[in-house]
Amino acid sequence: MSKRPPKLWPWQVALALFVFAAWWGLTATHILSPFFFGEPLVVLQRIVQWFASGSIWPHLGVTLLETLLAFVLGTVLGVAIGLWLALAPVASALADPYIKAANAMPRVILAPIFSVWFGLGIASKVALGVTLVFFIVFFNVYQGIREVSPVILANARMLGANRRQLLRHIYLPSATAWVFSSLHTSVGMAFVGAVVGEYLGSAKGVGYLILQAEGTFDINSVFAGILVLTAFALLLDALVTLTERRLLKWRPPTIAETL
Amino acid sequence: MTAAIEFDQVSVVFPARERGGAPWRAIAHTSLSVEVGEFVSVVGPTGCGKSTLLNLAAGLLAPSAGTVRVFGQPLIGINRRAGYMFQTDALLPWRTALDNVTFGLELRGVPRTEANERGRYWLAKVGLAHAAERYPHQLSGGMKKRVAMAQTLIVEPDILLMDEPFSALDVQTRQLMENELLALWQAERRSVLFITHDLEEAIALSDRVVVLSAGPDTHPIGEFPIDLARPRDVAEIRLTPEFLGIHERIWAVLRDEVLKGYVQTTT
Ligand SMILES: Nc1ncnc2c1ncn2[C@@H]1O[C@H](COP(=O)(O)OP(=O)(O)OP(=O)(O)O)[C@@H](O)[C@H]1O
Ligand SMILES: [Mg+2]
Repeated sequence: MSKRPPKLWPWQVALALFVFAAWWGLTATHILSPFFFGEPLVVLQRIVQWFASGSIWPHLGVTLLETLLAFVLGTVLGVAIGLWLALAPVASALADPYIKAANAMPRVILAPIFSVWFGLGIASKVALGVTLVFFIVFFNVYQGIREVSPVILANARMLGANRRQLLRHIYLPSATAWVFSSLHTSVGMAFVGAVVGEYLGSAKGVGYLILQAEGTFDINSVFAGILVLTAFALLLDALVTLTERRLLKWRPPTIAETL
Repeated sequence: MTAAIEFDQVSVVFPARERGGAPWRAIAHTSLSVEVGEFVSVVGPTGCGKSTLLNLAAGLLAPSAGTVRVFGQPLIGINRRAGYMFQTDALLPWRTALDNVTFGLELRGVPRTEANERGRYWLAKVGLAHAAERYPHQLSGGMKKRVAMAQTLIVEPDILLMDEPFSALDVQTRQLMENELLALWQAERRSVLFITHDLEEAIALSDRVVVLSAGPDTHPIGEFPIDLARPRDVAEIRLTPEFLGIHERIWAVLRDEVLKGYVQTTT
């Protein structure tokens, strides 16, 4: 406790400024073509303009709504089906090859089908996000249930737990821990599902903005869109970390965290 | 009088661990009983089947042959009259020490405030009043054992199954806990089946010490009644000549088995 970790953030900010300056220098001197690589100052201007005029909000709102819905639906489905299959060995053996196949398939490919089924609105993007989130959560819950310590289970049974109480007091908390360990990935995947879905066909959303800009060779807006997306992805990730800290305080810190 | 636990010609065979291997005959034709209110200890070489015996009594494992009876009734499924203190860590990692102790009460629908009150009483009894809000990963090995003991005892089981409960404790804490256990047992007339690898502990606590043979085909090879006066103090009793005499007699039987068991686990 005597040694304080060295402050890293000034260096991290400096690194960002350096990259930005290099980008600016290389494009301003035409070593890199501004047509393909954009101009950082114009990109910044574009972002400020979007937020100042408020024109970005409806798009961001749609993207975040799609992310949220995909995340919640995918997680609920993943937990429910994961719990069910982990506790029903016959059903699980039956479903096993299909689950493996569905997981191995590059699911982004489903986007056009979802567009046909659910139209160009929010639903098709949510559907894509759900297929991405579902498998991450599902496999983690399945694993979590399978790896519950048999001694802890036996202990709970000896203390009088019936099947329902085992589910509530042993299986669910154990699965929750595994779901949380995958939360960062699944929130990220929900976001990917939303943006990719928009990019492949939509009338609103940040992915749509980028698609539009690309159509008119407005590379600065494409970069601006990417930066805004990245910033919000980081924000979502920070939210997840915060929730995790609150809900998983029973877990021993990992070695990396104690260093 | 019917026994609290009765093993009647019980055998356990575990299936072969690898394909083509022979099945492991862990326990063979074992008959053993624990009378109501009796404190019985089981000693035996490592890997001989002591934990297996407790799992049978708990109903977590069904015998391959023979019958286990609990208060005269053949045991089917979990033994509802028994509390089990496991050899390995069995606390729920997502519950604090207090919530672990009150877990059994919660399962029985005891109201929260009452459960917490009784939980704090038990935590104090095992010397952990200050650690109520800690999670298992914040407790030492010995502290975890003491929480587990409170967790088992709070539901007041008629039969106590204990698998090397004190082996992780330092000598002082250990003797405190042993005396505490004796006091409790004497006050409530519980029946105890106690497993230990420490012969002195077995003698100091028990009415009867059972020595098991090395595996395979583990079975009792000696039963020694311990007629030392009660109430006992586990630290003082070890110094009496009677104690030393009993120790010598049992050790003569146990020593050969320990050597056999050791050869077996290393080859
Ligand atoms: N589920 C199982 N499948 C196969 N073999 C088992 C199983 N459980 C125990 N055994 C074997 O049965 C024997 C007895 O095991 P047990 O755990 O009862 O020993 P123990 O006397 O409690 O040992 P220790 O003193 O080291 O705790 C060991 O040889 C062990 O390898
Ligand atoms: Mg054992």
